[in-house]
Amino acid sequence: MTFEEIYTLLKGRFGDKILEKNDENIDPYIIISPDAIVQIMRFLKHEKELAFDFLSCISGVDYPDEGIIETVYHIFSYLKGHKLVIKVRLSRDNPIVDSVTGVWRSADWLEREVYDLLGVKFKGHPNLRRILLPEDWEGHPLRKDYQEPAEYHGIPNK
Amino acid sequence: MRELIEYLLTHVPLLTKVPSIFVYAVFILIGAGVVLGYISVMVIIWVYLERKVAGHIQARYGPMRVGPHGILQTIADAIKLFMKEDIIIPTSHKVLFIIAPFLVFFGAFAPFVVLPYSESLYLSKMNVGVFYLLALTAFEVIGIIMAGWGSNNKWALYGGMRHAAQMICYELPMGISVLTVVVFTGSLTLHGITNAQGWLPWQWFISPLKSPFTFIAGFVFYIAGLAATKRVPFDLPEAESELVAGYHAEYSGMRFAFFFLAEYTAMYLVCAVTSLLFLGGWNGPLPRAQGWLGNLLGLINVLSKTYFLLFVMLWLRWTLPRLRIDQLLSTSLKYLLPISLGALLGAAIQSAIF
Amino acid sequence: MSVDYLHTHEILVNMGPQHPSTHGVLRLVVKTDGEWVTETQPYIGYLHRCAEKIGESVEYPQFVPYTDRLDYLGAINNNLCYCLAVERLAGIEVPERATYLRVIGAELNRIASHLISYGTFGMETGAFTPFFYGFRERETILSIFEKWFGARLTYHLCRIGGVMADITPEIAQDIRDFIKTMRAVWDDYNTLLSFNEIFVRRTADVGVIPPEMAIEYGLTGPCLRGSGVKWDLRKNDPYCFYDTFDFDIPVGEGLMGTVGDSWDRYWVRMREIIESTKIIEQALDRMPEGAIRAKVPKILKLPKGEVYVRCENPRGELGFYLVSDGGTKPYRLKIRAPSFCNLSITNAICKDCLLADVIVIVGSIDIVLGEVDR
Repeated sequence: MTFEEIYTLLKGRFGDKILEKNDENIDPYIIISPDAIVQIMRFLKHEKELAFDFLSCISGVDYPDEGIIETVYHIFSYLKGHKLVIKVRLSRDNPIVDSVTGVWRSADWLEREVYDLLGVKFKGHPNLRRILLPEDWEGHPLRKDYQEPAEYHGIPNK
Repeated sequence: MRELIEYLLTHVPLLTKVPSIFVYAVFILIGAGVVLGYISVMVIIWVYLERKVAGHIQARYGPMRVGPHGILQTIADAIKLFMKEDIIIPTSHKVLFIIAPFLVFFGAFAPFVVLPYSESLYLSKMNVGVFYLLALTAFEVIGIIMAGWGSNNKWALYGGMRHAAQMICYELPMGISVLTVVVFTGSLTLHGITNAQGWLPWQWFISPLKSPFTFIAGFVFYIAGLAATKRVPFDLPEAESELVAGYHAEYSGMRFAFFFLAEYTAMYLVCAVTSLLFLGGWNGPLPRAQGWLGNLLGLINVLSKTYFLLFVMLWLRWTLPRLRIDQLLSTSLKYLLPISLGALLGAAIQSAIF
Repeated sequence: MSVDYLHTHEILVNMGPQHPSTHGVLRLVVKTDGEWVTETQPYIGYLHRCAEKIGESVEYPQFVPYTDRLDYLGAINNNLCYCLAVERLAGIEVPERATYLRVIGAELNRIASHLISYGTFGMETGAFTPFFYGFRERETILSIFEKWFGARLTYHLCRIGGVMADITPEIAQDIRDFIKTMRAVWDDYNTLLSFNEIFVRRTADVGVIPPEMAIEYGLTGPCLRGSGVKWDLRKNDPYCFYDTFDFDIPVGEGLMGTVGDSWDRYWVRMREIIESTKIIEQALDRMPEGAIRAKVPKILKLPKGEVYVRCENPRGELGFYLVSDGGTKPYRLKIRAPSFCNLSITNAICKDCLLADVIVIVGSIDIVLGEVDR
């Protein structure tokens, strides 16, 4: 299916939960409302025509000027061979979104990584701990306003 | 050895004046020294050969730098090992940790007393030779369990336990295969067993012409021997990729050298015993001779057979992957043990009928 | 006699970060009941070098060498994927010859990577010799690379807009000779390890990943294909003219046990070596003369926008999510590392097996920690 068809299908089904689309970008994307993410993702995965069975990547992008953090889901379908980019915009001060681990198991580590590096909290994640950084690390390094701590356990950073 | 001492005691006038117990003690020490020296030289040669063979199997040269073609490499390594710091972990069980390597080495070293090299070149003609041999190899297990437990390291403990399980499983077929031979010879001395085999290869116990059952037993003995010496494909107690180094993970310097020495000594022992029990020992197609020439030919026969078997061990080691613990145990209990029991039964019937 | 006071404990063993079989600094906390493993929990991050953060602070061309350090065994594939992402966003046309050179480099690198995987997997099952055999052929590849562009591990072959160096006829002949040797020794490899009875028994039916599970956990590359899913980005989402080459996609068939066991994953890699040689041969035959680099401005500014490009790496699907704000540096650079996603399945399959199986399973997933931790 083309991007337009998928968008129409989703818009028809979820209405105002589908906030925005951008088809001028090289990879066109859809922005959805964070509170409906699990339903929409589940629909995308289980609907026969869509069959997005492969969650390739979850990325977080920090936009301090707009006060938001975007989480970006790149999903693909092995069956149909089409792809889709879904975005969720969260408030920068308290980024919380429902976890999609219930939809794709591969979301487990990917969400942990986003939590670790950007501080997005995934509600309902079975094991939301830091993954790449030490457990007692402070701050989330991929935020644009991140300040490096001067030292870590007595090891100077400079 | 005893005959030699008695001969000296009666014929050398000086020795008749000192107490005989003193003379015995001195000669026992000399005997032990000879064995130890012999083992050390053998191991040094053997480690060098192992590295060369491994190198050539793996499309490389092996050691090349120390001495021509690296022949002094092992000596350099031995010196390095002895000069290394001897680390005793504070959390280890000191007594077990310290005793273990010596016990393991003792288990591999003591059986050398009964190994004959020719009709008259031997240290002891013990009447329970083979039995003594099997009994002493069990010492090694105790030592390795002690090392595994005493190190206070989980990997070492795994290694120790694996070795214990392995030894228990493989000593059974090993002992039974020896019995298969003993059924024919009626003697437990290695002399008796070797003399029961003729000069020509088809008169040896490995030959199916002599008996198909000892032929089977020979293979079972050698495979079980591989397992007993922790060689690939049965090197689970050390299993570098799984247990890091197994039971000797925490040992260094001298103590590690003793484990190392014990491993190679045990390898040599298994091959020597196989050659004595099944490959005719000092018997060989070379012309017979008496006196020192006979001894020399016997030595050449025994060593060439032993070295051939050692080479097979290396060949296997650098070719095969390792078994898993369940496969290891089932190889012994499901296959080797019934096969060896069957061979023993067959041998008993054969010796009763013919 | 009562034996109530005797009880057994589960042992918690730390496999790694320093362990011969964890491919670097992976730490597996293994809960064992004797030899029996009841739970395996991977801990990663010991090699974290902030690649994504660095990506935000260097200019686009400057990040290419950093991609070498992700999956250092398949570095050219990483270069390629990153360059494709930048080129796609910038709209740079790459000359045809450069694309063929990239394919040749990437496929040679894939062979080198699979050879290491062959060697280490042999090592993990206890056979030492395959390691040396694998390294012997890899050495030839590295010598070719050295002749071609002067590097042996961190290649930096692909540059934005093309490649760094052209091949001479002499190098092309070297590559052809290598392919001939590789095909000949491939049979030796199989005699030595692939069909060895002990090896087959150690790996067949161990760590079985059914196809549904493989997809669910986001496995890619040989791990996915080992489970019988015929999916290769080179054919299914083609880039660099891969769709015009004639080669097969090997998938696991359960030849020695169940579909998706460790042996299948291993066997897919072994067959991919042969498929890669086919691609290289065709690329060498077809390669036109011409420029090897497009004209790219010294100071590269990318238009505002974002792009997600994925490539078939030796270990699976490598993805670069590149967000540009119109400047000379990436606004955000997210790396989707195949080993990272493949490793996340360990927890699910490394249980109720033996300790030795854990090593085989992790080895069959074939991870590179540089990529897992980034």
